[in-house]
Amino acid sequence: MLQYTIRRLISTIPVLIGISLLLFVMLRALPGDPALVLAGQMASPEDIELIRVQLGLNQPIHIQYAKFISRLAVLDLGRSARTQNPVLEEIWARLPNTFLLATTAITLACLIGIPAGIIAAVRPYTKIDYLVTSFSLFGISMPVFWLGLMLVVVFSVTLQILPAGGIGTWKHVVLPTVTLASFVVAFIARMTRSSMLEVLSQDYITTARSKGLMEKVVIIKHALRNALIPIITVVGLQFGSLLGGAVLTETVFAWPGMGRLIVDSILARDYPMIQGAILIFGLLYILVNLIVDLIYAWVDPRIHYD
Amino acid sequence: MGSGKEKTAKLPEGGRSSSEGIPSGTQSQFRKGLAKLLRNKMAVFGGILILGYMVTAIFAPILYPGNPSTPNLMRSLERPSWEHPLGTDELGRSILGRIIYGSRVSLMISLGVVSVGLLIGVPLGLISGYYGGKVDFILQRITDMLLAFPGFLLALALVAILGVGINNTVISIGISMVPIYIRLVRGCVLSVREQVYVEAAIAVGTPDLRIIRRHILPNVMVPIIVQTSLGMGTAILFAAGLGFLGIGVQPPTPEWGAMLGSGRGYIFNSPHVATFPGLAIFLAVLGFNLLGDGLRDALDPRSKI
Repeated sequence: MLQYTIRRLISTIPVLIGISLLLFVMLRALPGDPALVLAGQMASPEDIELIRVQLGLNQPIHIQYAKFISRLAVLDLGRSARTQNPVLEEIWARLPNTFLLATTAITLACLIGIPAGIIAAVRPYTKIDYLVTSFSLFGISMPVFWLGLMLVVVFSVTLQILPAGGIGTWKHVVLPTVTLASFVVAFIARMTRSSMLEVLSQDYITTARSKGLMEKVVIIKHALRNALIPIITVVGLQFGSLLGGAVLTETVFAWPGMGRLIVDSILARDYPMIQGAILIFGLLYILVNLIVDLIYAWVDPRIHYD
Repeated sequence: MGSGKEKTAKLPEGGRSSSEGIPSGTQSQFRKGLAKLLRNKMAVFGGILILGYMVTAIFAPILYPGNPSTPNLMRSLERPSWEHPLGTDELGRSILGRIIYGSRVSLMISLGVVSVGLLIGVPLGLISGYYGGKVDFILQRITDMLLAFPGFLLALALVAILGVGINNTVISIGISMVPIYIRLVRGCVLSVREQVYVEAAIAVGTPDLRIIRRHILPNVMVPIIVQTSLGMGTAILFAAGLGFLGIGVQPPTPEWGAMLGSGRGYIFNSPHVATFPGLAIFLAVLGFNLLGDGLRDALDPRSKI
């Protein structure tokens, strides 16, 4: 297990280097001069040249990349072109906020999605099943930013019981969490339903029932445990979409997280910041996938990683 | 296998060509699938929604004769009325008019996006799955790298590189979908390749291109069709997301996401500005998802979700 973990961790390094290389080359090769953007419209050619030297943009591209990678090795992602603060510092300040939102959202999504999926699977093709399946389709088709704004209209503008944006108290967390959780709930409910339906048709479920076990025990102990693997996969994969959804949700609720940082950096063409933030996002996503793989082994002892 | 189907193979319709090279039993199965699709009320509802949007997009100038981008500041932020059934936005433009013209933009974008995904992803998936070896290894590592990013983030990163605008929106979202098609097609090809009829075709010395076209491609058509319907919905959602963030389609082009984004500033006093474009996005995406789900149930009953 430990060996597998280490091997998986090492195997992420080429992927990360690849991502950084792709980002680096593409960011540099395409139009839009960051020095021009930084200097502003009034700047003289000398000013622009000075900024270019400061950013190291006057050096050959392979040297720029070599420098970038060697700094990366010591976790130095450079300085933001916009705020002049170290990129890692800026990310570090925002990451906990995004992490908080992602955790509350995924927890809420599991708490609603898994039971909803189970109920739908236990009573397939009944009204309650159709209700769950329709709601999950709605959730998947709903633009999160629209849902967020509509929640603001209802709970902040009309009822005035929850703040429309910002961060601080638990009340600030409610609307962004519900917004972000909405489409994840849908995916989890769908996957739980189909996974449970498959397991419930297995012989060992019939055996368990014919033994006279209580239905609750059959469903929770015999069926759910066997249906968990695909559900965990979806939860893990959804964590990635959650990071994407966070970009939109954070914009709607003025939530100071990573998502907003990326959007602001894109709008300002702040290359070091974009690069750093996306690299960290990639790293996070790979880590989550690794954790998911490890949870498999824990849930299903039949899986061995040799 | 597949002999005697040359006539159907020459027909240009996508539906027919998918049964090319498949034994005739499967052909009737395909018809059964279509009949099953038409019995699925949700899928039909999805199809009607999409048809509605298509009609709206095509007949936009008849449905809304004026220019949807001409501001009329005297009438800004009006609530819904007879003259402007969905009200006006901050520049006094009819929201209904902009939604009608927006359906053109959104449908064009989603068509463009799936075209990019299909044109790059399907051939690469076929090559990767059929030839295997080094080509497969390299392609799959690149796919890994692209899949290391959640779709929307990848599109966002690409927009960061390419810049804003309608073309870059299409290219960015399209490229973000390429790895999905590569994986999907490669997976199908790997299982089809093991079939006896493919081995037989290889044994009698059929050229690779012919094997791919006649025996492999028809068998991976169904997942591609399903993925394309779902992909159209995702494309609309992603494009609207980029528009909302201000890094997608730029004003004054009427795009639903960008309309929502500008309506956000007036959410307290004029919530209708953000409400209706969002509804338009929701219904369009719902339509493609319902149709995609229905297609999957009807044509590919083995697949799970």
